[in-house]
Amino acid sequence: MRSRQISVALGTTLALLAAGCGSDAKSGATALKSIGKGEGSLQLIAWAGYAENGSTDASVDWVTKFQTDTGCKVDVKVGNTSDEMFQLMQSGAYDGVSASGDSSVRMIDAGLVSPVNTSLIKNYADISPFLKDQPYNSSDGKSYGIPHGWGANYLMYRTDVVNPPPDSWSVVFDKNSPYKGKITAYDAPIYIADAANYLMSAQPDLGIVDPYSLNQKQFDAAVALLKEQRKVIGEYWSNYTVTQGAFEQGSTALGTTWQVIANLALANRAPVATVLPKEGSTGWSDTWMISSKSKHPNCMYMWMEYITSPEVQAQVASYFGEAPANPKACALITADPTHCDVFKAEDSAFAKGIKFWATPRKKCLDGKGNDCVPFSEWIKAWTGIKG
Amino acid sequence: MTAALDSGPSTTRRRVSRFLSARPNWRLAGLLTGPALWLVVLYVGSLIALFLTSLYRLNDAGTGIVEKLGTSNYRDLLDTAVYRTIAVRTIGIAALVTVIDMIVALPIAFYIAKMATPKARTVLITAVLVPLWGSYLVKAFAWRALLGTPGGVFDKTFGASPGYGLPAVVIVLAYLWLPYMIVPIYAGLDRLPDSLLEASNDLGAGFWLTFRGVVVPMLLPAIVAGSVFTFSLSMGDYIAVELVGGPTQMIGSVVYDQFASNLPFAAAFATVPVVVMVIYLLGIRRTGALENL
Amino acid sequence: MKYANRATRTGFAIWAGAVIIFLWLPLAIVAVLSFNSSSSLAWPPSGFTGRWWSKALQNQGARDALMMSLKTAVGATAIALLLGTAAAFAVQRFKFFGREPLSLMIVLPIALPGIVTGIALNSAFRQIGLDLGMLTLIIAHATFCVVVVYNNVLARLRRLSPNIEEASADLGADLFQTFRLVTFPLLRSALLAGGLLAFGLSFDEIVVTTFTNGAGSDLQTLPQWILSNLSRGDQQPIVNVMATAVMLLSLIPVWAAQRLTGAQGGLAGR
Repeated sequence: MRSRQISVALGTTLALLAAGCGSDAKSGATALKSIGKGEGSLQLIAWAGYAENGSTDASVDWVTKFQTDTGCKVDVKVGNTSDEMFQLMQSGAYDGVSASGDSSVRMIDAGLVSPVNTSLIKNYADISPFLKDQPYNSSDGKSYGIPHGWGANYLMYRTDVVNPPPDSWSVVFDKNSPYKGKITAYDAPIYIADAANYLMSAQPDLGIVDPYSLNQKQFDAAVALLKEQRKVIGEYWSNYTVTQGAFEQGSTALGTTWQVIANLALANRAPVATVLPKEGSTGWSDTWMISSKSKHPNCMYMWMEYITSPEVQAQVASYFGEAPANPKACALITADPTHCDVFKAEDSAFAKGIKFWATPRKKCLDGKGNDCVPFSEWIKAWTGIKG
Repeated sequence: MTAALDSGPSTTRRRVSRFLSARPNWRLAGLLTGPALWLVVLYVGSLIALFLTSLYRLNDAGTGIVEKLGTSNYRDLLDTAVYRTIAVRTIGIAALVTVIDMIVALPIAFYIAKMATPKARTVLITAVLVPLWGSYLVKAFAWRALLGTPGGVFDKTFGASPGYGLPAVVIVLAYLWLPYMIVPIYAGLDRLPDSLLEASNDLGAGFWLTFRGVVVPMLLPAIVAGSVFTFSLSMGDYIAVELVGGPTQMIGSVVYDQFASNLPFAAAFATVPVVVMVIYLLGIRRTGALENL
Repeated sequence: MKYANRATRTGFAIWAGAVIIFLWLPLAIVAVLSFNSSSSLAWPPSGFTGRWWSKALQNQGARDALMMSLKTAVGATAIALLLGTAAAFAVQRFKFFGREPLSLMIVLPIALPGIVTGIALNSAFRQIGLDLGMLTLIIAHATFCVVVVYNNVLARLRRLSPNIEEASADLGADLFQTFRLVTFPLLRSALLAGGLLAFGLSFDEIVVTTFTNGAGSDLQTLPQWILSNLSRGDQQPIVNVMATAVMLLSLIPVWAAQRLTGAQGGLAGR
């Protein structure tokens, strides 16, 4: 069949093209020396709610002002998952990304992002110190981004169902849980760290120090725990509105959530509460990073300056429901003057107790060796856990 | 394309026309170039490129692709129990959804085509078609509101509901794709002359014998055409299963999850539904079903 | 209709009624919840409000997304009409080597799950360096829309005797005149049916769209807008409004198509 030969030939051509331009050279990009004139355009990858231009809700808009101020026209691609953000960054078509810890290290390692010259960002001085130069936003002593906002992964529960009120993660890892089928967990490979965090106190002899630096034995124990947990899980969530609805409806009674989910559910009069269990918790701290292939670096720096200003931080933190990275924003959140208290934005002791997401890799993040289970194994294991 | 040439000076047009009239091969080439380039080069070419990608593998850091041909992804697929389970589960769900849709669709299609008055027919077929325009996503979300236990609509109204999980996936997929089964069957019945049914009846066959012995066999291409949709749409789904499936995973869920992090593996797993569908299509080609799509 | 007794007919009528209720139930829930005073999906609704409707009508993002979906669907339908008609003529009017494989290939994009088509085209576009955007989206949509036009036109051509075209030629009409004055009018309703199907198919597509549409919230199609808004707090009711509104609007083309084309042709909807 001639037609088939042709298509094979063309398929091969496509593949050859792919081989030609598919491999990214590790970039030796250096940080900007000074911020020049804006390039008139800015392509961002952001979590939903991080870069709002009024199209979702006319009253929620901080991108328009940025565009007027700087002349940089902003295009925002909403990333739905960290994996998707990583993949979008590989395309090289974007200037920056609001990366969470479970993609930021991968981006640094793959050379997708450049170091950031933080001295060019005036607001950087005001950022909470506990967010600076962390394993998830720096490498080899170089800063790779500007912190945006953060939050803890809380244990949330229906007060009318869960009795007594839990104070330990054991309630979601118990295979004989009375709440079988009503338990939820975060649907991402990074959730394996939650199990590891619990094992730090539940099985101290495993010797886990950092839930993102696991050797094979520790990793296997965490995976085994999650496979047991699978039997009592009602559903895994990745979309926070979905789990908010499930808590309101009652089909989910307890599990990992974010503070913003609790706030929204409480606003809809659902009987829910959150607790930070005694084992401590994982959490996320998002970072604005600049692409090593950015075509509009000046605009990106201007964006990092703008998004960390107290006024904008106040709007973002209030709309998204997170702790602002810049605590100067706290006084400006008028909708809820207690916002920063609720989210513990200025509580550095609280923040230090949170193990913020970072991307596991072979070269251990805690610097203790070269035999850590890499994230690619976490991804594979996660499919196996869900079954 | 041809119509556009009309605007040219009529003598040129005449000349082109005369030239083409005498040369059927040129006419054929003109007709075929577009579709063939599009479907063979672009589409099938992309599929083949995807297959080649499935022979690559992810580097150990998980940050890039090693472009060396090998079968490690397929070995992973075959050796890991969970992937086999997911593949079998997915094909099972797709088959079950297809059978349910056939059983549900046949009587209503028959009623609309052969029993309802012409006026009722227009109303009924519209009633079947309009739900197709109510966004797939919104419908799947609505099923969350219906099925949740406790607190969902069914639970609040009847005191019982399957909740989220495998049964919910089957119900929701059967719901979502049902119109795709009803419409081809309806169209098939519409082409079936009433006189045929009456003749069978006159020859002494009762209604059910006619239904089984005449209607269903003659409808086979239409039913099979419907099954291509219900089967393939179910097999690729990952959104509905995430919304109502509880922790259930299907092939689509894994492909979607791995697409961004491990494209070669996603590509390898995606060949499973391709192989299943191609075998299915080749198997049904002789029934004439493909023209009923 | 004497081939079924009263009891059988009643049984079928009840079955048909039950299926229609089943098909409409979730939609009714969506419509009801679009007036719910709480933003939650919890049942029963806690009160009545028209606030979401007025909010949705002012929502710029929703309007942009609707426009994007309409543009994409028009583009994809136009290409599908050209390619589908050409392919149908080739297959029906000519015998050629590779005819069978070609007709199978036309069916393939719709017979393979959307996620396969999506990731295959996504990697191909990236490999040849084509930036994802409206162009790639229209190309992808057109690919799976060709088959519905093709099947409708093919079915019509089968019933159409080539003698008419020969007669036209004998009377002195050239090829183009014959197409414009003889063949095209006879194909019109099949093209309309196929075109509508293609349009509807493209309009609600989300899976292939996810993988082949470009960056930028200004490029979102309506289903993408719905998906991204379903994943933020408090936007659910506005999505319910949009879904209800689109469904009500769709009554017009669906009903019109029924009137214009009757029942012939392929799948009227997907």
